[in-house]
Amino acid sequence: MYRIDFNKLRFLICDDNPHMRRILRTLLHSFGAREVYEAEDGATALEMYSHYVPDIVITDWAMPIFDGLELAQMIRQPESKGNPYAPIIMLTGHSEKRRVTVARDAGVTEFLAKPISAKGLYQRILNVVASPRPFIKTKTYFGPDRRRNTNNAYIGPERRVGGEMEVMQQPSLLDKARSNI
Amino acid sequence: MAKEKPGTLQIKSFADHHVITQPNPLRKVLLRVPESDLDDPVGRAEKALAGLSGEFKSWMTIEADRLSAAHAVVLRDGFTIDNREELFRAAHDIKGDAATFGFPSAGAAAESLCRIIEHAPDLHLVPAELITHHINAIQAIVRERTKLDTAVMASKLSKQLRGVADEFLLKVNRDRPEHLEAILAPSIVPAE
Repeated sequence: MYRIDFNKLRFLICDDNPHMRRILRTLLHSFGAREVYEAEDGATALEMYSHYVPDIVITDWAMPIFDGLELAQMIRQPESKGNPYAPIIMLTGHSEKRRVTVARDAGVTEFLAKPISAKGLYQRILNVVASPRPFIKTKTYFGPDRRRNTNNAYIGPERRVGGEMEVMQQPSLLDKARSNI
Repeated sequence: MAKEKPGTLQIKSFADHHVITQPNPLRKVLLRVPESDLDDPVGRAEKALAGLSGEFKSWMTIEADRLSAAHAVVLRDGFTIDNREELFRAAHDIKGDAATFGFPSAGAAAESLCRIIEHAPDLHLVPAELITHHINAIQAIVRERTKLDTAVMASKLSKQLRGVADEFLLKVNRDRPEHLEAILAPSIVPAE
């Protein structure tokens, strides 16, 4: 059985709502995290991202001026000096499927719709820790592999050209770790 | 913290994409523990969240007052880009937070208001009462929550508001298929 050693993880949370930041901080500290940095807008979060180099970013979507989607896009710059690979969990009040697709296409790793729950947040963190996906770089996208399932029958316009590597095996750690919840 | 040194990336190139893999930089935070391990981080976090619940009513009041303030600006100055944004964000925050704070019906009413703001083709043509009723309902639900008999009424109220709002949105979007699709699409969050 596996468990996450939260006190070795550094989190950056970004939400303009102070109540939600307090809830997130409370949950993460209860899980065992010690290093939790907070930003109330995307611009500050980007600065803190470069400075603190967090292991995991948890961001809201709707924020003034520079939102969570733009933050994800700024982090996912393959040529940037910072780390473009950090897992990004988008925690948002948006609950429409099309929003999930937009977030995914911006390079978000996991999507968590509010209302928040301890279990939902823990599972998303477990996903990114135990089961990281390879990154894909195309002309128009850089981010975690957007395919969670293999569909060999798909023949749509965005089908990747390539052969065997289209089927990517995921590590099985996640299933083992899930048994701990 | 749990960092992997750079230079460990493996890049495989294909005709129109690259697949980039690296050893899991966070693997070292996964600890193997015996089956008998009784640590329950989720339970611990739920207890901590319950410990905050004494503050939820006052937080919710702050959120509802922020919404009313944004609405007051709209009533005074009309819908500008900034006014619309602030009204939407205030409603959107309530939509996301209210259930956590113990006010699921306020969250449902706020969601209905968000849908109006997002999908009405012209906010100036939205009946003013429709927006005002949403704001008043949210305020009433927050104010009256301590009365035991109000939970059912609050749920009924938010559902009725949603019904009226949806009827309006379906009518004004009949020639806008992309909005109709979004309005009719099921939420990924289970209903109240």
